[in-house]
Amino acid sequence: MLADKDRIFTNLYGLHDWGLAGARQRGAWVDTKSFIDKGRDWLVNEIKASGLRGRGGAGFPTGLKWSFMPKVVGERPHYLVVNADESEPGTCKDREIMRHDPHLLVEGCLIAGAAMACSAAYIYVRGEYIREREHLQAAIDQAYEAKLIGKGNINGWDMDVYVAHGAGAYICGEETAMLESLEGKKGQPRMKPPFPANVGLYGAPTTVNNVESIAVTGTILRRGATWFNSMGRPNNVGTKLFCISGHVNTPCNVEEELGVTFRELIDKHAGGIRGGWDNLLAVIPGGSSVRMVPAEQIIDTPMDFDSLSKLRSGLGTAAVIVMDKSTDLIRAIARLAAFYKHESCGQCTPCREGTGWMMRVMDRMVEGRAEKREIDMLLDVSKQIEGHTICALGDAAAWPIQGLITHFRPVIEARIDAYTYRSTSDGAVRHAAE
Amino acid sequence: MSVRRLDPVQPTAPFKFNAENAAWAKKTIAQYPAGKQASAVIALLWRAQEQNEGWVSRPVMEYIGDMLSMAFIRVYEIATFYSMFQLSPVGKKAHIQVCGTTPCMLRGAEDLKKVCQRKIHNDPHHLNADGSLSWEEVECLGACVNAPMVQVWKDTYEDLTPASFEKLIDDLAAGRAVKPGPQIDRQHSMAFGGATALTDKSLYSKQRTFTRVEAPPPPPPAAPTAAAPAPVAAPVVAAVAAPANAPVISRVAKVETTPAKAAPVKKAAPAAKPAAAGPELLKKPRTGSKADDLKLIWGVGPAFEKLLNKVGIWHFDQIASWNAADIKHVDALLKGFHGRIARDEWVKQAKKLSRGWRPENSIGDKPGKK
Repeated sequence: MLADKDRIFTNLYGLHDWGLAGARQRGAWVDTKSFIDKGRDWLVNEIKASGLRGRGGAGFPTGLKWSFMPKVVGERPHYLVVNADESEPGTCKDREIMRHDPHLLVEGCLIAGAAMACSAAYIYVRGEYIREREHLQAAIDQAYEAKLIGKGNINGWDMDVYVAHGAGAYICGEETAMLESLEGKKGQPRMKPPFPANVGLYGAPTTVNNVESIAVTGTILRRGATWFNSMGRPNNVGTKLFCISGHVNTPCNVEEELGVTFRELIDKHAGGIRGGWDNLLAVIPGGSSVRMVPAEQIIDTPMDFDSLSKLRSGLGTAAVIVMDKSTDLIRAIARLAAFYKHESCGQCTPCREGTGWMMRVMDRMVEGRAEKREIDMLLDVSKQIEGHTICALGDAAAWPIQGLITHFRPVIEARIDAYTYRSTSDGAVRHAAE
Repeated sequence: MSVRRLDPVQPTAPFKFNAENAAWAKKTIAQYPAGKQASAVIALLWRAQEQNEGWVSRPVMEYIGDMLSMAFIRVYEIATFYSMFQLSPVGKKAHIQVCGTTPCMLRGAEDLKKVCQRKIHNDPHHLNADGSLSWEEVECLGACVNAPMVQVWKDTYEDLTPASFEKLIDDLAAGRAVKPGPQIDRQHSMAFGGATALTDKSLYSKQRTFTRVEAPPPPPPAAPTAAAPAPVAAPVVAAVAAPANAPVISRVAKVETTPAKAAPVKKAAPAAKPAAAGPELLKKPRTGSKADDLKLIWGVGPAFEKLLNKVGIWHFDQIASWNAADIKHVDALLKGFHGRIARDEWVKQAKKLSRGWRPENSIGDKPGKK
């Protein structure tokens, strides 16, 4: 188990001062200048060496992403966009960073900005996080006042940090949709290539990083890439904020080492499964967009990127949604299908039409009012959506349903049987044949 | 996607920001580069919604469009695309947004919806009898560990039960003060009943300082044992010019202790190699001789050769002299190429090459052939 001294977000629960004085005492903004003075290459290499993988879901190496930015600033300025559009069902980690440790994020923006020669950073906060946005803005104002950021600041890299916000569109968490939204348009993802590192915000080179990826960089530099690298498992190093929700005794957010086993995570921090371990049915380990994993497969699995993708699921945002045996799994997934139907941006036909179609079929399957051959049809349609859209929302909509069918097909079949039996057995009220 | 349309009943009175909001709008537009004022549209619409009793009417959108020199249709697009913009009037005292997505659903959001249906209106987006309350079901609001929860205006109300939610609605309707955040005795997202982490008080009592854990100097020893003498590079390199021998930049004691019975002596090392020392690694080719073409070793290409040079390997006889422990040591340094030394029988190949033998083609001969 991770020791408290190795946790990066030491004010996760908001017990201490989130302002500049408190953040400084906890170590933020310490030595920032000395790192920035070492130059772009050193910063990028240090983050590369730390093995930090993006915390927004895909797990792409952060240092490598930074290195894709042009080496010299041309006519167009470089931008950093921080993805604080945390909308993945199950995920509520960035919220804690913004409201309780905002200075780590602001400092991280400056460091990332220096590493990529950015002249401005935009932090795109989801519209619903209003109090969080206020805290973040206050922290930025404090940093300007203390001359930590802005023109001619004491850290030696001139950069402005701004807060922008959305207004309730999940799709804006996709990086190119976020850029569209920042430009004042509907959040509809762009085709790639060109990638944002070449043509991003306002056509300028842009890197989009998750809040957590940016907020950990200051501490990584202060304690050294080797320190970060020494935690976790090979290729899955460092610490991670886990959001444990659903049927556990004490749901909570907690920072743990990557690669902690599911059992340890739940027993240590979430007070165990409601009704004991025998009562566990399935887990969605990384936010709604990954496939669910049945109990027996996940219990002793290390919670990291590679181990979970071996189970054909994923770590995603490390939002662990636990479901016990009282759960109506079909209903739980049908609700996610409704979510994706609601959040599809409407740009690509397979997703716009497919998410609605899948939702309607799932709604019938909740009742059992379907035919068994429709299970395969549903699976087939989900595969037609997956990979045939501009962004990954199509995939994300398909995977939960695929996960359900892969692991719990008998449950769906039993539901259909029960419905059929009820409607044909003696005593059933038949409709008049007119 | 959700289909949203403007309300059929629209006010005719024009909308205008109050003084405070107008000043704020100016500042917000200035965040964006010149000519990119459209970027501020979401923020401005949101502020206008707050001023306009919680919803955006057509006059609001057109006012914002004029302000940002945007075509009105672009502003209508934004207002209908982003679901936080209310397109119809909402309750004066509270518009309750119930999170209904799976994590909240698992912990009882459906019961909260029933409470709304009973106390406010059967259908979402409808005002109650006196127009003070309305409700809707929204998608994940991002407070999943505090499920189930609702949002009213700027604040969230978390860890609800149907009973505490009914009380909350009553308090809001009566205009009584309500406490945002968890509605049970709980500190934000900390586990209910007490922290399981961040309990170490010493972290907060004084200024925190950190010491950087530095990476071992390159080339890094695979597993620095306590006994390993730190390879002090500088002094030796400084004296490079003088000795005829190559500058030895790194001599590491045996890394692994696998053959605890003094293995190095058993395998009589060739002359160049002092006993009991690690493999010989050179900063550059020995003075007076050129680097050997390591690509002649089967399996070594140009990129790999560069890596070998970086590690400190320039000559065939260096490789020819390795014993099992040396191989293990060097292997750890060859990131991305682990296991090649043994698999491709480098020592055997290098022994031949160092004696002057040359393969038939320039990429080397595959070992085991013939």
